[in-house]
Order: sequence, then C-alpha cells, then structure tokens
Amino acid sequence: MTARDDILGGIRRGLGRGRLADGAAGAVEARLAEHKRNLIPARAAALDPPARVELFVAMAEAVQASVARVASERDVPAEVARFLAAENLPAELTVAPDSALDALPWAERPLLQIRRGKAEPGDAVSLTPCLAGIAETGTLMLVSGEGTPTTLNFLPDTHIVMLRAGEVVATYEDGWDLLRGRPGERPAELPRTVNFITGPSRTGDIEQKIELGAHGPRRLHVILVGDARQA
Amino acid sequence: MDPTSRAFLDNARAGLADPVLRRALGIAGVGFPARRAEAMARLPEFEALREQGKAIKDHTIAHLDFYLERYEANVIAAGGMVHWARDAGEARAAVLDICRSVGAKIVTKGKSMVAEEIALNDHLAANGITPVETDLGEYIIQLRHEPPSHIIAPAIHLMKEQVTETFRAAHTALDPARAIAEAPQLCAEARAVLRPQFLAADVGITGANFLIAETGSSIIVTNEGNGDLTQTLPKIHIVLASIEKIVPTLEDAATLLRLLARSATGQEFSSYTTMSTGPRRPGDLDGPEQYHVVLVDNGRSAMVGSEFREMLRCLRCAACLNHCPVYTAIGGHAYGWVYPGPMGAVLTPALIGVAEAGDLPNASSFCGRCESVCPVKIPLPKLMRNWRERQFAQRLVAPRYRDALRLWAWVAQRPELYHRMVEVKARLLGWLGKRRGRFRALPLAGGWTGLRDMPAPEGRSFHALWADRQRAAQRRQLR
Repeated sequence: MTARDDILGGIRRGLGRGRLADGAAGAVEARLAEHKRNLIPARAAALDPPARVELFVAMAEAVQASVARVASERDVPAEVARFLAAENLPAELTVAPDSALDALPWAERPLLQIRRGKAEPGDAVSLTPCLAGIAETGTLMLVSGEGTPTTLNFLPDTHIVMLRAGEVVATYEDGWDLLRGRPGERPAELPRTVNFITGPSRTGDIEQKIELGAHGPRRLHVILVGDARQA
Repeated sequence: MDPTSRAFLDNARAGLADPVLRRALGIAGVGFPARRAEAMARLPEFEALREQGKAIKDHTIAHLDFYLERYEANVIAAGGMVHWARDAGEARAAVLDICRSVGAKIVTKGKSMVAEEIALNDHLAANGITPVETDLGEYIIQLRHEPPSHIIAPAIHLMKEQVTETFRAAHTALDPARAIAEAPQLCAEARAVLRPQFLAADVGITGANFLIAETGSSIIVTNEGNGDLTQTLPKIHIVLASIEKIVPTLEDAATLLRLLARSATGQEFSSYTTMSTGPRRPGDLDGPEQYHVVLVDNGRSAMVGSEFREMLRCLRCAACLNHCPVYTAIGGHAYGWVYPGPMGAVLTPALIGVAEAGDLPNASSFCGRCESVCPVKIPLPKLMRNWRERQFAQRLVAPRYRDALRLWAWVAQRPELYHRMVEVKARLLGWLGKRRGRFRALPLAGGWTGLRDMPAPEGRSFHALWADRQRAAQRRQLR
C-alpha cells in the first residue's frame, strides 16, 4: 500500500464509508463549481465606488501604508520623484517591465534613474502595478507574470504601487472574481503567485512591540490614480 | 524534538518560578486578548463568520478524501508535485530527497509548526544541510536551541535582553561594541544577517495556512515577508502541510482568512497573505522552478473517526493560548512538545499518545475561555474531558487518584447517600470551624489549602437550603 492509499483509506474508515458514491460526489462537485460566496461583511460591500476608495485609503493608512492621490497616470513619475525626495531616498528605482508603466512619461523626469526588470539584491526602491485594491482591509492584490516579477514586492526597502481608483473593489471575493475572469485564464493557469499586501512588513516578535521592515519593505507607498467616478 | 510532556508538572513549576517568563507572559496575556477584542468590535459580522468557518471546516473534513484527491490533481495540473507522508519519518525523508536532488546546502524556512512536529531541522542538519529559520521569533529560538513556546509567536517567552545576548553570542563577525539593546536594532540586525541567507538558499520551505482544493494552491499568512522571500528566491519551493489544511474554494479561504488574523493578532489582515500555485510560469522572471507539496498525516486520519474529529477544524490562530489562564501562567515550554495551551492539550495526546501527554488535558480549570474565543468553535474543554476519560479507562491515572475518582463516582451516582454525606460533612466542618471561621489546613486537601484558607461552611449544604426554599415557595403558593 502506498502512503497515499493508506492515508485516504484511513480517512474513509474514519468517515465510515468508501469512496464517495456518484450522487454524493456530484453534490460536492457542484459546491466546488459554484464558487458560492459565504457571508460578506457589510463594511465595504455596502459602499458606492467613491466611498469604497475612501475606505481603502483609510484602512491602508491605518496599517502604516502611505497614499498619494494624483489626477492621471501622467502624474505618476512626478509623484515618484516627490516621494523619493521627501523620504531622502536616492532617485533610483526598479520598475516592473509592464506595458502600463512603460507608457508613463518618464522622460519628463530625467533625474530619475530607472531600471526595468525583476528585483536585484541591492535595489532600494521598486514600482509595480497591481491587479486590485481591496477596500475592506486596505489590501493590495498583486499577481506574478512576465511583467510583474514577485521579487519587486519583497526585496527592496521601499515598494511603490500604482493603483487606479477604478481598480478598488470591495472584498477579497471580488479579487478572486478578477483572477478567474482574466482573459485566457483557467484555474490550472493561475499566476504562480498572488500577493495580498496590507501595509509594510512588520514583526511583533520582540516583546510584542511592532517594528516595521522585518524582512520585506519598510515603506509601502500607494499612488492612487484618478477617482472612482472615472472608472 | 523528543517530548517532555511526561514532566509537565515539573516543567510547569519551573515556568512559574522563572521571573523573565513571568514578565514576558504578562505582556502577551494582556496584549493579545485586548487587540482581538478591538478587532471583533470593528466587525459586527464576526460571530456569524465563526459559525460559517466552523461549517466550512466540518464540511471539508466530512469529504476530506475527495478534496485531497482533487487538490492533488490540481497541484499536478499546475506543474507541481505532491508527496504523501504517513508519519514524521516519511515526511522528513521526502523533504531530504528533494533537497538532495539539487545538492542543497542551505535551506531557508518560513515558520511551520508541522516542521517542528516532524523535527525537520535536526534531520536536515544531521544530513549536512543547513536549515535557516527566517521568521524573527523562530530565528531567535533556533540560535538558542530552544523549541517554540507559542504557535504564532515562538519567542514570546523571551525579553529583549535575552535576544541581545543571543545575537551577541551568535553574530560574532559583527562589531562587539555595536548597540543592540533595543528592538529596532535587533530587528535590523536580523534583517541584515538573514538577507544573504535568503539569496544563497537552494531550497525554501514554508508551511501552509490553507490548501485550496479547487485550484491546487497553498496560502501562507505572514507579517514579516520572510515566507515570501523563502518561497520566491530559491530554485525549489517545498510546502509542508498537514492534510486537514484543505479548504474547498477560494471563497471558503476568504471567510477563514477574515477570522484568522483577527483571532491571532487582532489585525484586520496580516501584512502578507500569499497564494502559490505551481512553479514559475514560462516567461516569469522569478519564482521557483519546482513546487513540491509534502502532505503530512502523522495521526490526523486516525482523528477523523474519533471523538477528536472537531480538533481538525483548528486554524492554529493561538487565540486559545492567549486567553488561557494556565498557558499565560506557565508558558509554552511546560507542555513539553510542539503544541501548547488548550489546543495543544487536545492535539498532543492525539499525535504522541495519551500515555505520554496525559497531564496536558488535566492542566485546565475548564473555565471555557478557549472555546469562547476559538474562531471555529472547537469545544476544547469537552475534548480535554474526553482525554481524561480515556486516561482513566486506560488505567493511566495514578492508583490514588483512580481510587478516589471511583469512590466519588460511586457516591455521586447515589443521590440520597450523596446528599446525606454532604449534609453531615457540612455540619461537621461548620461546627469544627465555628471559632475561626476558616481552615488553614484540611486532611486530603493540602494542595488546595496550601495556597489559601478554606472558609468554614455555615452549617447546611446547598441542596438542603434549596430544598427548604422550594418547600417554602410551595407553601406560599398553596396559601
């Protein structure tokens, strides 16, 4: 008997049955396929889009993320430059090789030194897009892919994320729907990594006092583009 | 690690006498419950979510064979591999084989209680592979060669002075005169020391908070980001998870995630909730080339058909530890193995035997706080009582206690006799203690009177007084 057979056999003995009969298996299959939502807290689900964005900002700031609002994507390079200067950081960053970020008017900020690609050990600052912002807890949802390497979210000390106001959804379940709804994506083709990021890295392992920047970024800066009405 | 649960009473005494532990537990025993209470107050649906969380886990366990097979199929479809392990030995062997397949020298690890359970670090080290714990708390206790004392805050038994000492002793290449007395300096030092290890590691091992049957994904929840560096940078990502971590769908995981962080640390959501599905995709610039899941049974499948099945709902949030008057008095090491507190008192006997760990389910006043804060409503006191009954039935209780219990049971099953004996005892004690109003010592109750005086009864038993009251009420009604 293989370990697999032994374990599954032990479970079935414990449940007092053999393999699920066709009818019973059908019911479980149906439950799996349905993607039925359980109880959704009203906190974010009950809000209209502009209020949802406000809740996202409040929740993100409550966990020590900083949020800057700009009118359009064209303003992102200027905000990046402003933020780096305000934090006394060098004007250097690694940018996700993503078409939307490539299209930003970087030429207007010639003093910013930009490298495209995944993160390298010495990188201090990264800029990435995201799939969604989740209002209920001020959480960013990022997925890995050709243009969005995961190391950018964790290796640099400072992580800057561009989030369009129209990308702010209410709940995690809305995030799952976005993931499933991506063109050409079947479950077997999910991205390798989905990161839900809520504030910068932290630890409470020494005397329960919260310290930021345990292993991941010390700073998480969200550049929120536009307002929800444009979405 | 070899369990020392048999020495529970001595361990507990040592814990109570340790002034550093008393200070450290004082911080934890107040902070965690206060933050959880605040988080609950911010989410009116919390109670309803607990009920749903319980139902999701019950449904999953009732179809665990189905969901495990589906999960396995989806891991394989996403390009990963699944290794089934009946026990700790098979799990260790599976991990070692994978590490050897790439000639691994350094293995980074995210926090995993299953890895503690199977004593993985010692096994890797014995085979020439260096395991590096990357969670700050785990790193500290690894340097100190100590087991974790808490399932989510492994170094909770230490104060910062001990951490400073530990780092000075371990990080000998650094300037001995450097200032590391404060927590921010200690965190910065750990970050700087561990960063090269993350980059050098050949294999990264994480646990899993959830395994998703629908997609073949694993989910880890961390605050530090150490788990993410662990699983993203090396060539191979190994997920070490026990079989009851399965949930059916992403929606089910979302519901349980809403319960987990709030119950554990009182956070709305932990900093990082990360879902991994298979190895890196074609075109990806980073991520592991191989994704392996080691599915560990180690006693769980035998719990499915037992009266301890409900324990398989456990999310490992540690709320029951944080709210336990026994745990917060004696600390986690007293429990002598991997899982302390109320959840440990139920799980440990199931995994290493009640003969070994029988003292654990007895270390409870049954105050019920653990059950009242459990996010999936596990009836921990009831399950501890089940162990006590088994212990009694298997003659594992000392003859003195066993005889006393048997005598008590015999009397308690005869109400007439019981009431009469209590009445006599109450009158006798009342008469003997009339002058002082209390007893400093009583025969056969030295343990109780050693710490406090026993007030003298005022003459009659509760049952007798109650009967009088009922009779009086009846007379009033008749009038």
